[in-house]
Amino acid sequence: MNDISLLQQYWWFLVSLLGALLVFLMFVQGGQSLIWTLGKTEEHRRMLLLATGRKWELTFTTLVVFGGAFFASFPLFYSTSFGGAYWVWILILLCFVLQAVSYEFQLKNSNVLGTNTYRAFLFLNGVLGPLLIGTAVGTFFTGAEFVVDKVAVTNPAMPVISRWATPWHGLEAALVPQNLLLGLSVFLLTRMLACLYFLGCMADAALRETCRRRLWMEGFFFLLFFLTWLGYWLTSTGFGYIPENGMVYLQDYKYLNNLLAMPAVSAVLLLGVVLVLAGLVLGIRGWGKAFWLAGPGSVLAVLAILLCAGWNCTAYYPSVADLQSSLTLVNSSSSLFTLKTMTIVSFLIPLVLAYIAWAWRALDRKPITPDEV
Amino acid sequence: MDPIDTSLVDWSRAQFALTAMYHWIFVPLTLGLGVVMAIMETLYVRTGREFWKQTARFWMKLFGINFAMGVATGIILEFEFGTNWSNYSWFVGDIFGAPLAIEGIVAFFMESTFIAVMYFGWNKVSKGAHLASTWLTIIGATISAWWILVANAWMQYPVGMEFNPDTVRNEMVDFAAVALSPVAVVKFCHTVTSSWVLGAAFVVGVSCWYLLRGRHQEFARASIRVACWFGLVAALLTAHTGHQSGRDIAQLQPMKLAAAEGLYEGGHNQGLVLAAALRPGVDWANPGEKSPFLFHIEMPGALSFLATHDFNGYVPGIRNILEGGYKLPDGSTALSAQEKMQRGRTAIAALATYRQTNDAAEKQAALESLRENFAYFGYGYLSSPADLVPPVALTFYSFRVMVMVGGFYLALFAGLLLLGKWICRWKLALLAVVLSTPLAWMASQAGWVVAEVGRQPWAIQGLLPNVAAISRLDVGAVQTTFFIFLGLFTLLLVAEVSIMVKAIAAGPEVE
Repeated sequence: MNDISLLQQYWWFLVSLLGALLVFLMFVQGGQSLIWTLGKTEEHRRMLLLATGRKWELTFTTLVVFGGAFFASFPLFYSTSFGGAYWVWILILLCFVLQAVSYEFQLKNSNVLGTNTYRAFLFLNGVLGPLLIGTAVGTFFTGAEFVVDKVAVTNPAMPVISRWATPWHGLEAALVPQNLLLGLSVFLLTRMLACLYFLGCMADAALRETCRRRLWMEGFFFLLFFLTWLGYWLTSTGFGYIPENGMVYLQDYKYLNNLLAMPAVSAVLLLGVVLVLAGLVLGIRGWGKAFWLAGPGSVLAVLAILLCAGWNCTAYYPSVADLQSSLTLVNSSSSLFTLKTMTIVSFLIPLVLAYIAWAWRALDRKPITPDEV
Repeated sequence: MDPIDTSLVDWSRAQFALTAMYHWIFVPLTLGLGVVMAIMETLYVRTGREFWKQTARFWMKLFGINFAMGVATGIILEFEFGTNWSNYSWFVGDIFGAPLAIEGIVAFFMESTFIAVMYFGWNKVSKGAHLASTWLTIIGATISAWWILVANAWMQYPVGMEFNPDTVRNEMVDFAAVALSPVAVVKFCHTVTSSWVLGAAFVVGVSCWYLLRGRHQEFARASIRVACWFGLVAALLTAHTGHQSGRDIAQLQPMKLAAAEGLYEGGHNQGLVLAAALRPGVDWANPGEKSPFLFHIEMPGALSFLATHDFNGYVPGIRNILEGGYKLPDGSTALSAQEKMQRGRTAIAALATYRQTNDAAEKQAALESLRENFAYFGYGYLSSPADLVPPVALTFYSFRVMVMVGGFYLALFAGLLLLGKWICRWKLALLAVVLSTPLAWMASQAGWVVAEVGRQPWAIQGLLPNVAAISRLDVGAVQTTFFIFLGLFTLLLVAEVSIMVKAIAAGPEVE
């Protein structure tokens, strides 16, 4: 394996890890979508929003860094997907804009729109954020409608190298059932994680009991949708490429084959799923720390799934409009120099994780009481 | 294949300008007010006086309201490079993406982690840890500014890269040249210190309002004292870095300087225009015999000195840059716009040949031709020399607004420090200070107008014009999102201002 190939794999790992952390941290969104379901009184709603309000910026920042890291390491994906699936990304951004102001503005005097409007914004972000991101990620496995032609740069009249092959600019992804299934799975996972988080950080017994009971339904529907998607994923035809010439081809059971070819990734997936299930079961039994099983479990599971999208000679962003336009780690990555430079910067990540852990612990050491709101 | 619709370029630019200008309403206040409140919390930790704690907490409350809007408007900007400027994202993503990613890893996490401790940690962490969190929040925001300004500076002065014809993009070859380019250093210093001026102006404006209303007198006087010292130092640094920035522009973006000065016909011993009115409707690519000014007052030789550090130095005007033929600082002769466009077209044609031919000799010849003419690659996408002239009037007037308001704040901070006791008793003076507060935002926005409008038509100076940088979208789609952002951001701005006014009216919890 030459240098650049190793760094491409490393950066796909980091991008996948950021994606997995984003899914985990979207428990904030899950919590927002449950404001009115779990918070039957104003006091309870305030407690719920205080709990997620201390964490929303981490989720938001992880999304931004995920975008930045993708841009730096695989710029062709950034230019092709964002410029092509325009409407999907714009919708995702809009619902995150609404979130960013709503926590700060919702309880302020003279906030013009009223408390309930800002909470409705939070609810909207809580539903649409995970659903749209999950649906967009679904296209990593089902493909998207784009064509890339780098020679277009030499045509001064129309030098744009990437173009979308449908006028829907990304909205067509929502019509693919497998993408929707993944979107719904992510949405339900965030709600399940939110219930587990609240269970661990609330001092109010009644609110904890409401969260515990809610776990049944969220857990059941999450498993239903996720296992259905997993079944489809393992049996689906995927997109491989020949490393010698970059030729992309269709391969039956591609993602199952990837898991078989990469036993460590399979083990990570299995461990992740077991931890999520253990967290769910123990949470239903009322164990306040179950979030710390299901959360890391979801990180591991999502990480393994995303690694299967790009590793083992897989086209991580397949084109269904022109198979040979599909994006692979090889044809879409930054140069060796840039990847090396970015790799040095990535050594700061443990330091970042350390101070996040310190701040998390400092703020969550004591459970949230009604007095605090 | 249909050619690019020029209205798509215009709407894409309009959308980016809209979101950037909204974002820049909030960011300078974050950078400036953040330092002021951190200084006040430091005074609390050092003296133990509850007064400073409450003072810091009040400014933190306003900081939080503003910060939320900065975050909300900022996310759009990062992703717009992909959504609306996809060709740009590929053509230079190998260089431009790195600062954005580093900004995220190094700065955003620092900012978002410690701001939570700053707001929710008053009774959960020690005094020292809280103070450290406050400083780390603002240091994170400032580091973030560093990286995004490195990215912006690189667009004005592309260095540390090479074009790779096999991947059809520019690739980074020298990270230090990108991250520590002199243009980036000056741009960062100028932008951050001018943001400190804005933060100080805000604190002074709000405090003067309390004095005017006879409320929170001790709080207001203490805040004015801290803000004026901070603002004065910042204003002096802004003036110094502004001068350095002017020199950079003169050497690297002479067309921007010519536009900012309304200089059509350049020469030696050029004067700096102090006050003027431009003749409306002038075609700056060919203004004819009439003077482009209705009137103007200038300081003789000052523009030459600014540009060359020599009162008799040569400064090219718009005509000179379009027609070429003058001596450049390195002794070579400037090419005309037509020659540059021709060499740009040669470079593009050479790239096409390189990509398409299988003949080794032909490929090598194409590569040599590409390398020889690559410096003018971007010019090959332009259709006329007139495309190289930016909107002169907007650049010209914005430059004057920026400089005049900067001078006003320098005088205001010095005046308040020297004559504060007298001024603070005079109600008309207090009212004038309160009403002048929005000027700080006007200057800040005007500065960016000079920087960005003045470098048109380039997305990357000399390398990639806007017309070749865009995404291939329907004009209607971009128009729709433009109006969505306009409506949403305006609504949220109204809400933000309303909350801010109410919070100011409620006042701090100290007298």
